[in-house]
Amino acid sequence: MLTDDLRGIWAILLKDLRAYYFKPPNISWGILFPFAFVLAFVIRDGAALDLGGLGRMMPGLLALTLLFSTTSMEAIVITFERRIGALERLLLAPLRLPALLVGKLLGGMVFGLATTAVVLIAMLAVFGLTGVRWWLLLMTLILAAGAFSALGVLISVAVKEVFEAQTLANMFRFPMMFLGGVFVPITSLPRWLRGVARMLPLTYAVEALNVAISGGELLRALLDLLVLAVFAAACFAFGVRVLSRRVA
Amino acid sequence: MNNNTVAIDVVELTKRYGSIAQGVLAVDGASFQVRRGEIFGYLGPNGAGKTTTIRMLTGLARPTAGRANVLGLDIAHHMPQIKKRIGVVPEASNLYGELTAFDNLVFSMQLYGVPRRERARRADDLLARFRLTDKRDVLFARLSRGMKRALTVAAALAHRPEVVFLDEPTTGLDVASAHNLRQVISELRAQGVTLFLTTHYLEEAERLCDRIGLIVQGRIVALDTVDGLKARLQGGTAVELTVDDKGGRIEIQRVVGEDVAGAVRTALARVEAEGKHVLAINTVRPTLQDAVVQLTGMSVDVMRADGGRGK
Repeated sequence: MLTDDLRGIWAILLKDLRAYYFKPPNISWGILFPFAFVLAFVIRDGAALDLGGLGRMMPGLLALTLLFSTTSMEAIVITFERRIGALERLLLAPLRLPALLVGKLLGGMVFGLATTAVVLIAMLAVFGLTGVRWWLLLMTLILAAGAFSALGVLISVAVKEVFEAQTLANMFRFPMMFLGGVFVPITSLPRWLRGVARMLPLTYAVEALNVAISGGELLRALLDLLVLAVFAAACFAFGVRVLSRRVA
Repeated sequence: MNNNTVAIDVVELTKRYGSIAQGVLAVDGASFQVRRGEIFGYLGPNGAGKTTTIRMLTGLARPTAGRANVLGLDIAHHMPQIKKRIGVVPEASNLYGELTAFDNLVFSMQLYGVPRRERARRADDLLARFRLTDKRDVLFARLSRGMKRALTVAAALAHRPEVVFLDEPTTGLDVASAHNLRQVISELRAQGVTLFLTTHYLEEAERLCDRIGLIVQGRIVALDTVDGLKARLQGGTAVELTVDDKGGRIEIQRVVGEDVAGAVRTALARVEAEGKHVLAINTVRPTLQDAVVQLTGMSVDVMRADGGRGK
């Protein structure tokens, strides 16, 4: 049965990457998005924002790229397939429901990580980083991609229509963008907003990436990774439960 | 029937959606057996429970009560093993619009573990069998309705299943596509594949099926061979009247009776009561359609009504 599951996961992953993810509009959206944000800040702050200032935004921009590229299709792909009846094909195949959703989850993760890798390479070319803890950076990106993708899976199975999935995804993404420590440090937020920020996975991704790129307390970063892993597992388990009920 | 000759064994299978007080009883204690290698027609009007029965037998819905075995395996405990050995053609053609005809077949085979070296050859064979070779590299989304249907059937056969469930396979197809599909169904039967078929087209069921199960409002009301069902008709003669409703609209009415004279008398009385004008009278052999109408108490129009999907 495990062989069937693994084979199914691999087939779904390849099919999703080909059919949905690696299409020009998605790739350009994923890559252009963080650059558009950088441009917005440059225009706003003008000369006050030097290269060093932009460099300090790097962890946040990486996390943001990962969030948006991972969830761009993930949050709608299951809803879309259910709408056209194609999800039924997967439910009829000899693999278990969690394996089906792992295949879907990996699609979002792979696309998110590939897009973020392009942005990371561009940033390295511009800022020429030194002293980066690469293992921590890699671990953070993988676990954050898992957490964001699992959130996308949960959103995708929880709603019936594609537009509902997009709306719900934005309800999570936009608060994260402004409260997750990307543009404004969490410490400068009002106390009650800090509490909200601590409930968002992007906060932990940005924090761990900061430690990986700029240095800082390693234990804190490891705790961040743990939170990301727990968040991913919880979203995924809840997603399996929701889809399982819908199938009944 | 012993276990070796039974492909599908259904006992008191029940599916209720929602609560007991307000829910819908989609399938109400259905019991029947399908023999290995036969074409079993599962007929009934829209909403009768046909699709729900298929969904339960293929793992897409959990039964509320009852039990069923497919290929000797209990659906409650062995669904992953069952899924490997069955193929399902759903009511809607649901392959991936973003993949080509060839890639859709290959993806289907990947899911079912067909060895890599065999996939391309099998996909090309299936495309040839369904006359889609020239559409090999065309996206599924760009195929015509008939081609989409044919490819959906091909995808269900790609892993060479022992039992195939076909839910309204020819609905909406043009004459040539429907004919080709019926030919494929007959060929599969000749190869020993068991086919579980739902259809609105009674002529199709009469031509293809070895045995028929009639389901109405979730309950099996008749289960027999086509000839057996026809033999149950009260009366062995049917007359067909061509009538004019005096508004220029021509229609055909059928009446079954004990003998020709009785059937004609009944038919004429009905037509006169409706104020219509008889243009011609023919005696015909009773068909499955006559049997189904009499057994279900429903008109052929109700049986054929398209539109709403069964649950």
